Amino acid sequence: MSQANIMDNEVDIVIGALHSDLTTFMNEWRPVFSRFHLIIVKDPDLSGEIQIPEGFNVDVYTRSDIDRVVGSSTSVLFSGYSCRYFGYLMSRKKYVISIDDDCIPAKDNEGSLVDIVAQHITNLTTPATPFFFNTLYDPYRKGADFVRGYPFSLREGVTCALSCGLWLNLADYDAPTQALKPELRNSRYVDAVLTVPVRAMLPLSGINIAFDRELVGPALIPALKLAGEGKFRWETMEDIWSGMCVKVISDHMGLGVKSGLPYVWRNERGNAIESLKKEWEGVKLMEEVVPFFQAVRLPQSAVTAEDCVVELAKTVKEQLGQSYPMFVRAAEAMVEWIKVWKAVRSG
Amino acid sequence: MASAEASSIAPTPLLKDELDIVIPTIRNLDFLEMWRPFFQPYHLIIVQDGDPSKVIKVPEGFDYELYNRNDINRILGPKASCISFKDSACRCFGYMVSKKKYIYTIDDDCFVAKDPSGKSINALEQHIKNLLCPSTPHFFNTLYDPYREGADFVRGYPFSLREGAKTAVSHGLWLNIPDYDAPTQLVKPRERNTRYVDMVLTIPKGTLFPMCGMNLAFDRELIGPAMYFGLMGDGQPIGRYDDMWAGWCVKVICDHLGLGVKTGLPYIWHSKASNPFVNLKKEYKGIFWQEEIIPFFQSAVLPKECTSVQQCYLELSKQVKEKLSKVDPYFDKLADAMVTWIDAWDELNAEGASAQLSNGKA
Repeated sequence: MSQANIMDNEVDIVIGALHSDLTTFMNEWRPVFSRFHLIIVKDPDLSGEIQIPEGFNVDVYTRSDIDRVVGSSTSVLFSGYSCRYFGYLMSRKKYVISIDDDCIPAKDNEGSLVDIVAQHITNLTTPATPFFFNTLYDPYRKGADFVRGYPFSLREGVTCALSCGLWLNLADYDAPTQALKPELRNSRYVDAVLTVPVRAMLPLSGINIAFDRELVGPALIPALKLAGEGKFRWETMEDIWSGMCVKVISDHMGLGVKSGLPYVWRNERGNAIESLKKEWEGVKLMEEVVPFFQAVRLPQSAVTAEDCVVELAKTVKEQLGQSYPMFVRAAEAMVEWIKVWKAVRSG
Repeated sequence: MASAEASSIAPTPLLKDELDIVIPTIRNLDFLEMWRPFFQPYHLIIVQDGDPSKVIKVPEGFDYELYNRNDINRILGPKASCISFKDSACRCFGYMVSKKKYIYTIDDDCFVAKDPSGKSINALEQHIKNLLCPSTPHFFNTLYDPYREGADFVRGYPFSLREGAKTAVSHGLWLNIPDYDAPTQLVKPRERNTRYVDMVLTIPKGTLFPMCGMNLAFDRELIGPAMYFGLMGDGQPIGRYDDMWAGWCVKVICDHLGLGVKTGLPYIWHSKASNPFVNLKKEYKGIFWQEEIIPFFQSAVLPKECTSVQQCYLELSKQVKEKLSKVDPYFDKLADAMVTWIDAWDELNAEGASAQLSNGKA
């Protein structure tokens, strides 16, 4: 397989800024990011000017931009970690890569800097294989192939819509895990990309992701806000909810989701035990949604990602909303999001 | 969260009285010399394929039972028809006669591999770790095996699913000669697997995979009766689909019974590439039949009433007869053989069934 030809003008890098001083962050990523257009969205709740070093092609969006584009009543969708979704909305590129602002480039097993853009683009531009598991993982990778027993009719694969990367050092653990194992660091570089099979659910981490915005952009939804949501990753569920939605929708549309490489290096931040003291209402409620997502089926008439989100929102409201007001709000936010998405597209 | 701290500190139990190593062979067992440091504590079950008058020498110091075709015919009588001849599928006879909880099966052209640090890999130890640790078939963990030292469940992984499921199968991989089919071998004769992927993962519920019998371990008490390697080899229209067939049956049944199947580590070093032209002849029909077989297994539903492996397997055999016979009469025969296998299994493994299995023991 030849090296993916990255058309620089097909990629946007979207960063949700939860810190105003991004100087170190941007300088660390300069070797990887400087070729590309960046969209930085400042968390509307963050005070102070965003500081970015010179030499980048970047657009910065702040609260006033969000209010202007979606209206101040809708802008609440984009606070905290969800500010990045505004960046997805504003992007005009085919591929979006998004990472948290507390990550820096990782090194692979040979000591080379991991180019997350190159790897994510490779993942998105080579087929996924969701219908049958290949025991040598990504069959399109150099040095690998489909194994004996893999049906030939399934070897064409499907388009990959989402690429989920991983994290060295501080992995994306929840607060209880981090609090109970404060020394736990991920030092294992697993040299694989694999397709998450159809109908298998996974926890989507927003820390390091990339997606085909043209195919599934609308399906990454800033819909679920925990009552006590804060400014640390282990206090959010927005990406987890988004991930369930986008996996169901990708499965329905016959698209693939990959997980594995590339890795980022994630730094220490926050106090897990402090986070534990907060309200866990939302986390407990997430237990309820798993059977729902595993069983939900979208109608054949839902063909685009927008259609799928609207249908999913209906079902969320009808089924989950019955018991939990939080999901009624989530369903409404999903519908609101699609309205905004369509409005921005046509404007 | 993964409560596996204890097992990550304590050494892996040897299980030497609970595990049999089943090896099919038609050539010789020289490869065992390299495995001696890891295999010597264990009991071996050698299934000798091909000419029963040939004497297969077992290296000194191993505790073993050896069965040739004459033994198989004598022990099973007419039921021996379900055991393949001139194909490594005959190994499943070893599963049937074993009295242990766990089975590890390995091909005689598989050697000890080295990990990236240069250390020799004790494949058996890793398989045991895999089998003793829960699986996570109901939700995908992006950090793979959460029970592994240095890993855990990630944020967003449902707490109610963190206990995991019992592991029934541990599917290992191969460095050097990868397990490719004949067409791929013909197109890429020089390709070698040099990528050591440091992970074990559970194959999600509802997902099928190609199960290779070269480096495979399983819990015989949990899934043994489903590990029938089918009718292959002499007198059969197909070969090199024995482990595949078993794998599809096993996965459907594991999914139904809530058991887990893992794949990944350990690696062994696969030294011998079989002749791709010979392989093509064997696989040829399978390549076409597979296109019907896969949708069959993907849509197979087992009734709630099937609560034992044998019940599940017999139900599957009925469905094979109903739905796959039209593909080729072979499947009719295979469905019958599946029933014979279960009969033989139950007979040999009934309560108090004494092993009147005299054989060529050292």
